[in-house]
Amino acid sequence: MGNLFRLALVLAGKDLRLELRTRTSIISAAVFAALVLIVFNFARDPTAVATLDLAPSVLWVTVAFASVLAMNRGFLVERENAAFDGLLLAPVPREALFLGKYLANFAFVMLVEAIALPLFVLFFNLDLSHALGGLVLTMLLATMGFVAVGTIFSAMVVKTRFAELMLPVLLLPFMVPPLILAVKTTVPLFAGRPLSEVVDGLRFLAIYDIVFLTLAVLLFPAVVDE
Amino acid sequence: MPSADPALVIAAGLARRYGAVRALDGVDLTLAAGEVLLVLGPNGAGKSTLLRTLAGLLRPTAGTVTVGGRLLASDTHDVRRAIGLLSHQSLLYDELTLLENLVFTARLYGLPDPAARAATALAEQGLAERADDRPRSLSRGMQQRAAIARALIHDPALLLLDEPFTGLDAVAGDRLRALLAMHVTGRRAMVIVTHHASEAWDLATRVGVMVRGRWALEGPRPAGLDDFQQRYNEVARG
Repeated sequence: MGNLFRLALVLAGKDLRLELRTRTSIISAAVFAALVLIVFNFARDPTAVATLDLAPSVLWVTVAFASVLAMNRGFLVERENAAFDGLLLAPVPREALFLGKYLANFAFVMLVEAIALPLFVLFFNLDLSHALGGLVLTMLLATMGFVAVGTIFSAMVVKTRFAELMLPVLLLPFMVPPLILAVKTTVPLFAGRPLSEVVDGLRFLAIYDIVFLTLAVLLFPAVVDE
Repeated sequence: MPSADPALVIAAGLARRYGAVRALDGVDLTLAAGEVLLVLGPNGAGKSTLLRTLAGLLRPTAGTVTVGGRLLASDTHDVRRAIGLLSHQSLLYDELTLLENLVFTARLYGLPDPAARAATALAEQGLAERADDRPRSLSRGMQQRAAIARALIHDPALLLLDEPFTGLDAVAGDRLRALLAMHVTGRRAMVIVTHHASEAWDLATRVGVMVRGRWALEGPRPAGLDDFQQRYNEVARG
């Protein structure tokens, strides 16, 4: 088990180093998140819907689309020079391959969320100081789940000609449950309700994480081994 | 033809189908340490499929691969440690330096002191001074040497090479032949897939010709290349 996590960290470290060097997905996802927030900010009619009612949906829609962009690159970097063959040739358990990619994707998406959240606060002029702890917990739990699904789907589509297009088509339907739960959890938090009122939502997010993370780890070898 | 030495690699009844197409159709192979098998054949004969199946990158539809007495299908990790592959492509990340690429590979294989191992592997291929360069800044010949350093970093008992001379000029080809000759040892077997027998004729101890997923010829390397070439043309044309 220790070796599995060591290998996963080696793989995640390589992906983070590649991303820090190119900044391709982080910059594109962060710019995309900023653009979506700007569009929502100018397109909404504050007299029709209260900012507080609209804000959770805007936040999570932004996070969802920006995350897909960030995750798209996860396996695309392995197409370069057939590097993925190099990973498959190595005496590395497929579970470690998955966990490595998962950890790197999780780090990318959390970073995009960390960039998007202050922009969101700025554009919507919200005071989230009272909700920050609960919101961060919700983001962690929601992200853990949909990144698991995103990682396995990006491994599935990487060999197709239209990988960048296929990933959102496959992933977005699976992102709906955690997004609904995340929005339902965020609404009371923004309204100043205590964390104890959203425990059920957080529990369902944790269940989604456990189920899809387990399924993804189990299915990954069948996805990558021809 | 079975070798007198204990077999390092045994492939028995290897088959691989892509739908109705039989890319491999019952291929047997026995290779002892120290042997170098040259695999030839027309396009689509199944040469690369054979190599990828021996490497464990493709699962055979039928048949088994044994390396060093261990079954690839069951002792996967131990067998993978014994295999090195030089592919059409370098398997290197363009955004990492050569040293970073090899340190990463050494870590994947769980080698002790990955940095020192990577530096040694690059030095062996004459790339010590280019350690901090990225693969895409190198010539095709240098990229090929870097790919060999990657393939050999864990000192594999079986080295598989898929058209290693493609894209190399005459000088780089000669250099690669000399490098490969250095790595032919009594502990290692090599399988070299190529379109041109002359490219690796002097390295080979055995020659095989594949046609439609089967051996049309397989055995010890004959003495004369010209005679073999004539025979090859006959069997390749069916």
